[in-house]
Amino acid sequence: MHHPGTNNKVYKKINDNFEWSSENFKKISEIIKKYPSNRIQSAVIPLLDLAQRQNNGWLSKNSMEKVAETLSMSYIRVLEVATFYSMFNLEPIGKNFVQICRTTPCWLRGSDKLSKVAQEVCETNIGETSDDEIFTVVEVECLGACCNAPMVQINDDYYEDLDEESFKKILQDLKDNKSIKVGSQIGRKSSQPERKFDA
Amino acid sequence: MLKEKDKIFKNLYGFEDWKLEGAKKRGIWSNTKELIKMGSDKIVEEIKNSQLRGRGGAGFPAGLKWSFMPKDSGKDHYLVVNADESEPGTCKDREIMRNDPHLLLEGCLVAAFAMHAHTCYIYIRGEYYSESSNLQKAIDEAYANNLIGKNACGSGWDFDIYLHRGAGAYICGEETALLESLEGKKGQPRLKPPFPAGAGLYGCPTTVTNVETIAVSPTILRRGSKWFANLGSANNTGTKIFSISGHVNNPCNVEEEMGIPLKDLIEKHAGGVIGGWENLLAVIPGGASVPLLPKSICDTVKMDFDSLKEVQSGLGTAAVIVMNKSTDIVEAIARLSHFYKHESCGQCTPCREGTGWMYRMMEKMIHGNVKHKDIDKILDVTKQIEGHTICALGDAAAWPIQGLFRHFRPEIEKRIEERNRRVA
Repeated sequence: MHHPGTNNKVYKKINDNFEWSSENFKKISEIIKKYPSNRIQSAVIPLLDLAQRQNNGWLSKNSMEKVAETLSMSYIRVLEVATFYSMFNLEPIGKNFVQICRTTPCWLRGSDKLSKVAQEVCETNIGETSDDEIFTVVEVECLGACCNAPMVQINDDYYEDLDEESFKKILQDLKDNKSIKVGSQIGRKSSQPERKFDA
Repeated sequence: MLKEKDKIFKNLYGFEDWKLEGAKKRGIWSNTKELIKMGSDKIVEEIKNSQLRGRGGAGFPAGLKWSFMPKDSGKDHYLVVNADESEPGTCKDREIMRNDPHLLLEGCLVAAFAMHAHTCYIYIRGEYYSESSNLQKAIDEAYANNLIGKNACGSGWDFDIYLHRGAGAYICGEETALLESLEGKKGQPRLKPPFPAGAGLYGCPTTVTNVETIAVSPTILRRGSKWFANLGSANNTGTKIFSISGHVNNPCNVEEEMGIPLKDLIEKHAGGVIGGWENLLAVIPGGASVPLLPKSICDTVKMDFDSLKEVQSGLGTAAVIVMNKSTDIVEAIARLSHFYKHESCGQCTPCREGTGWMYRMMEKMIHGNVKHKDIDKILDVTKQIEGHTICALGDAAAWPIQGLFRHFRPEIEKRIEERNRRVA
């Protein structure tokens, strides 16, 4: 199953130079302060995350080299980390990164149907980016919201208690550039047990 | 059922304000200075007496773990909170962090003081973005009100908390892999010994503890170890957050007394099994890593460490995954095998090669596309993986499959025969 975060190859296309934005440059000095001064390598995951955010959701070779330079690490050590963790995408992704949880608790409640819906609405296959580059759809392992299954993560946010209809609407709204509601789609507060909430 | 007054997590669902003001109304940070004045020995003693067992899965006695920290090592000590909640079925720490973060932060201060640590890292899984932003806001509030930082709560103890986001790796929930990850490397578990209490983060004495274990400790100190030990049964004391997911009418997180019968838990809190109790097929009682239980055992089993161990399963993280008779039980376990194949860090051969092999085998078993002798072969392979890897991920990949064949072997044999008839 293809996922841009489990890819072990660095994307071939060399893009333009990667320089930290001035805002991120300030953030970096804050992040590095969290760790002992002789242990700033600890900041590699937070910095890769920053770089990925600045680079439209994926890490180019240049951006990883920049992280290595910033933390005085060798490039291979940074690449090693970037390939190990699934949240680092090593190839370009669409504007909306749709991650559908496929592990047993979500599957029991119908995650398969969500995958089908996503392929239809986004007009792409699992693991691929749509032609208009609005969606990248992937299946991922447990996202840790099992009491609100089935659920998906789109960019940073969780969308929970889904069914085919509500998921279709979310994707369609994203397509139409409308705003969408984060969290539970049936109006429940986090993982409360009673069914007495206002839908 | 657990009485309202004995609940530790009073804002589990986020109906009240999670910020400092709301937290103070719930009694958090009310007399933290006095708790610290008890002294570290007394704190550890109280936690030991409460018989609190770690809530992250292994169930190791928390007080004992804290007491492993050396008293005068001459090095910095670290408390690392394991918030890398990735065990399939488990979503309890998430609720604590987004709905009651101050409960966790107060626990960090008390626990860190008890183990002579001035610094605490909270390692939260990267996908929990809004949870980490709530937690960071709570940390900022605590700093601004001198609850942590220099002379935390006026106790004379300097204490810093830093939030560190991971980047999507189940294996980083293993304590030494988590430390590797925190040091900026790939998260591959370390050989033990040395144990983290001797040489952990940056080679310094470190204790890695689950969010829930830390979050319950200030309440234990306030209300006394006796109160906590009186809940549940001996060696399985206190309250626990259960995550109930899968085929139930109202999936939910709920705080209950340890040792509650599984049937009560499902029927009273989760609205019962979809289609009624008689429609139950099997339950995975403690997160993906523990073997499943068929209905006959679910009828009577109690939810605590020792009772579940007796029926060859485990409490794990207390994540109850319910499956009714509409479930293809083989595919349910095959999905878990895929999970372990995906999450194996690749360090030890039995796990790296074994998880992939087991997954491919399980996929074939869904359609009965194997021979009868393959069942014994896959069981043999699980035995060869179990106990032969650095960390417990190998075991965790093996156990669900062993559980499946322990209770549902005839189902797979039936599928093999059906396929043989079809093909012939």
